[in-house]
Amino acid sequence: MDLKKNYLVGVFDDDDVLLNAIPKIRESGIKIEDVYTPFPVHGIEEKLGYKRSKMSVAAFCFGMCGTSFAIWMQTWMLGFDWPMIIGGKNFISAPPFVPVTFELTVLIGSLGMVGTFFVMAGLAPWAKPRIFDLRSTDDKHVMAIDLAANSRSENEIQGMLQSNGAAEVYRKDFED
Amino acid sequence: MSVVVSSVRTPLITGTKTLHDVSDDICRYVERPPSKSWMVAIALSLATLGFGVYCLYRTLWDGIGVWGLNKTVGWAWDITNFVWWVGIGHAGTLISAILLLFRQKWRMSINRAAEAMTIFAVICAATFPLIHMGRLWLGLYWVLPLPNTFGSLWVNFNSPLLWDVFAITTYFTVSLVFWYLGLIPDFATIRDRAKLPWRKKFYSALSFGWTGKARDWNHYETVALILAGLATPLVLSVHTIVSFDFATSVIPGWHTTIFPPYFVAGAIFSGFAMVLTLLIITRRVFHLENYITLYHMELMNIVIIVTGSIVGIAYITELFMAWYSGVEAEWYAFRNRALGPYWWAYFSMMTCNVVSPQLFWFKPIRRSIVSTFVLSIIVNIGMWFERFVIIVTSLHRDYLPSSWAMFTPTLYDVGDFLLTFGFFFTAFLLFAKFFPVINIAEVKTILKSDSQKS
Repeated sequence: MDLKKNYLVGVFDDDDVLLNAIPKIRESGIKIEDVYTPFPVHGIEEKLGYKRSKMSVAAFCFGMCGTSFAIWMQTWMLGFDWPMIIGGKNFISAPPFVPVTFELTVLIGSLGMVGTFFVMAGLAPWAKPRIFDLRSTDDKHVMAIDLAANSRSENEIQGMLQSNGAAEVYRKDFED
Repeated sequence: MSVVVSSVRTPLITGTKTLHDVSDDICRYVERPPSKSWMVAIALSLATLGFGVYCLYRTLWDGIGVWGLNKTVGWAWDITNFVWWVGIGHAGTLISAILLLFRQKWRMSINRAAEAMTIFAVICAATFPLIHMGRLWLGLYWVLPLPNTFGSLWVNFNSPLLWDVFAITTYFTVSLVFWYLGLIPDFATIRDRAKLPWRKKFYSALSFGWTGKARDWNHYETVALILAGLATPLVLSVHTIVSFDFATSVIPGWHTTIFPPYFVAGAIFSGFAMVLTLLIITRRVFHLENYITLYHMELMNIVIIVTGSIVGIAYITELFMAWYSGVEAEWYAFRNRALGPYWWAYFSMMTCNVVSPQLFWFKPIRRSIVSTFVLSIIVNIGMWFERFVIIVTSLHRDYLPSSWAMFTPTLYDVGDFLLTFGFFFTAFLLFAKFFPVINIAEVKTILKSDSQKS
């Protein structure tokens, strides 16, 4: 099996040119692997056909875990495991449990969501990313097209990229 | 690309920068060897830290009896410093979270440094309650909901001091995560510019393998927005809960329902003042005048007028309510604050916090670097006195006149405060040297709307 990955890389100078180019390239039947931009370009996810991020669902689920855990913890510790008389008050009463419940909801909700994001995006200190062009974190927008995933010829794709405003087009191969 | 300058909006970034200029301007200081002024500054901070560590060692070895506390004044500098630092720690997450929700783009060039300041200030704050427990290392587990003495007695969830533990821990963790999330794309920028192998490795690990894929940005932006949504009530909750430490007690002068909003406003007030102090120095040292402009300072000064005025109204309301309540002890506590032996502390607080920020109504003062710098320091002195007034003057004359006392700080009170200053400035200087002080990726998003159109 050939483990080599062959890409055609299109470099764009301007985000508006890039935004106009994406639908035209996709309409011509070319599959774009992904676009690498130095800053979040708004509206790019729609043009690339990406769905709205569902990170809010993760935040909600983890947040609810935090809420339930906090309520259970306080009720069980002070109400059942070792009830203590503090100022003659009820063992279990809602108002004093509000601050800790709120804080744990926020804490577990945010950590859970960010954790989910890191796992989904494969972000970790030991991650070895595939970098197409070093300038993509500086001032260029880089479009990567996997040649194996496309039936069109390399020349056709190159022409398509250039006619849609790519300032540079070149081939990049990776070993794995 | 032709350059178009908007005639309607004040540009947030001046000097018609290109995307590449932004990377250059901000990464330059990370890539260069440290400057002489930086070396001098870090040497001074480390010396202060060293002296602080000595004082901390004596405090821990001999016990907190080395502080000036006495039978009547059981809380003084330690808790004053704690509340002061927590207050300062409010600006960073307020700027990055609340201003993000309000789509205030001017936050973009100041949020990174403000968030770093927040994180270091919260660490400084947390030091004091931990030292106060006498044994720092035990304090770390005493506060957690673990069975006491490893038996089965739990912490008391009815206590505002325990709420504080949860509030500060959560605030610290969420602020740290928010700050780090913002740093990831910028670390990737430094990684991709790096020529030296060690630098490439170091920033490669810090950048978590970020490449700036559109797919990742899509999630990233949602994550940042939700974190902002979660952090907004969190910012407000932290100082609310800190104020509960006092408000839920029955000490005259502390037992007031006005404390939560009044403390939150005061926290934002002092936090913005500290951000201004640090940013005025940072922009000068790192030549970032095009990114942190006079317009940014003016907007922050407006926040200072608003929050300073809220604080002023709170002081007066508190005074009025003490009289109007008809509670003799309460009214005495307030008369004693203003006219008793600590009148000078009350007077300093009133001048620094109520009168001085009103000077910002004048445009030339609001837009002057020198006056902003001076006033930002005055505000922080005033806010320290506010906490001192609330804590010490409410305690020093209790219900028994035979136990009335005055508080005199010792070398160790001062030294432990210096410890946190030493830590704060050392940490901030290290941050400013090795981390990008401005959010590069975010600033790039506002360049076009500011100055350029293709």
